[in-house]
Amino acid sequence: MSSGLMSYVWEGLGNTLLLTVFGALLGLVFAFIAGLGRSSERTWVRGIAMVYTEIFRGFPSLVLLFALIFIVPTFGYQLNPLFAGILALALNIGAYAAEVVRGAVKAVPPGQIEAAIALNFTPWQRLRKVVLPQAVVAMIPPFTNNLIELLKATSLVSLVYISDLTFSAQLIRASTGETALVFFGLLVGYGVIALFFTAIMKLLERMAARSLGRTVPSGLFGRKEVAA
Amino acid sequence: MSEPYSSPSSDVMIQFDRVVKKFGDHVVLRELDFSVKPGEFVTLIGPSGSGKTTILRLLMTLETADDGTIQVGGEYLSHMERGGKLVPADERHLRNQRKRIGMVFQQFNLFPNMKVLQNVTEAPVRALGLSKAEAEQRARELLEMVGLSDKIDAHPMQLSGGQQQRVAIARALAMRPQVLLLDEVTSALDPELVAGVLAVLKEIARTTDITFLCVTHEMQFAQDVSDRVMMFDQGQVIEDAPPEQLFTQPAHERTRSFLHAVIDRAV
Ligand SMILES: Nc1ncnc2c1ncn2[C@@H]1O[C@H](COP(=O)(O)OP(=O)(O)OP(=O)(O)O)[C@@H](O)[C@H]1O
Ligand SMILES: [Mg+2]
Repeated sequence: MSSGLMSYVWEGLGNTLLLTVFGALLGLVFAFIAGLGRSSERTWVRGIAMVYTEIFRGFPSLVLLFALIFIVPTFGYQLNPLFAGILALALNIGAYAAEVVRGAVKAVPPGQIEAAIALNFTPWQRLRKVVLPQAVVAMIPPFTNNLIELLKATSLVSLVYISDLTFSAQLIRASTGETALVFFGLLVGYGVIALFFTAIMKLLERMAARSLGRTVPSGLFGRKEVAA
Repeated sequence: MSEPYSSPSSDVMIQFDRVVKKFGDHVVLRELDFSVKPGEFVTLIGPSGSGKTTILRLLMTLETADDGTIQVGGEYLSHMERGGKLVPADERHLRNQRKRIGMVFQQFNLFPNMKVLQNVTEAPVRALGLSKAEAEQRARELLEMVGLSDKIDAHPMQLSGGQQQRVAIARALAMRPQVLLLDEVTSALDPELVAGVLAVLKEIARTTDITFLCVTHEMQFAQDVSDRVMMFDQGQVIEDAPPEQLFTQPAHERTRSFLHAVIDRAV
């Protein structure tokens, strides 16, 4: 492949990683706000959080992206396309991950919160020092799924001319005519990136488990946790 | 509440005044009255499901009463006085009241995300404002007292039930409570681990002036440490006597049949 075509690959890879990483970070913020909001004692907070998760889980990411790029400008703003891509992906994945946050917080045994009350922790300290450190451990495996979903969804941005990996593949295919080879290479590329993110998440999972005095068997596909 | 209320007095540590607690239609406490003096060790016995845990949870402010008042150390627990009337307490009042009360749970409830030492130091640092060094110094003393000096760096998951419960006792004591609530603290333990935990509690009862309210099925332990034993059934205290009297010559038929059932189960 010529160095001109290789530069497409690097640009595409860079943008795909950028969309995935920043989409995930922003999505995480939405997920925690909405997930904790849905666990709130206040009805109106729960209401807003529920509306967000229900609505944005229902929107296809692609339609959301089109909306951000083509509707928002009618209100006088022009979003940077890459930022619009990150925002659309984050809003969508955040709504899914919010359910993960809510479920993990709910799964912390009530006895833990009661012990924290008995030790006179403030409501904030109960959340920060007792509930979240335990809930986060349970969030990581489902977050891994969310992250891979997000990675796959990033390919949609090629439809609004953001030069991600899929868009670059289209350019290379157009200039070389090697359709089968290029798409095969693209599949391999996404597969390798997915393995890379899964390995990182696996590492986080083991670190989190260790913070609770548990160990996770090594190996990329080891799932079951056992007592130390 | 419109009725007049008795003025708080200082020779009573715990005072229940016509306390009513319902879960839906199910009335668990029926205008329950009892009091505990400072430094007393009082054991609560009674059938399963009668409401013993509920009494302790009310004192720990984990539940709120439907009617009546509870005072601890002469102050209302879940009420505040506002313009001569009693109104439900706000979070600030509750946090002030909780300072004086500690609880040890049947299931230990140690924080798995903290090592043993931090389980004991976290609350004194956060809630009492102790410096980290002070809290650690005190935690080491307490962990030595419960015989766990060598487990300071362990995770709770790595300890036996009996060890976890002894950490939980140290954790409660680190808050320097005036009142300590014990809810069947040995029920979840293997039989051979029970004695170690009870020995620790006996030692604390003997050497401190903490007021204890204890729910247990360990009748020998109750007899050894209690100043008084209260038999509780159907929402009321039906018998209240020193242990030697209550265990040997119970005045009520229900106490007698309950003790028979418990002691038969033990042999
Ligand atoms: N949160 C709750 N919701 C509904 N009912 C409850 C709740 N907590 C307790 N109860 C009921 O209140 C009654 C008293 O419960 P409690 O746990 O105080 O009994 P107990 O005397 O401690 O019993 P045990 O010896 O089995 O521990 C029981 O009938 C129980 O089912
Ligand atoms: Mg109970």
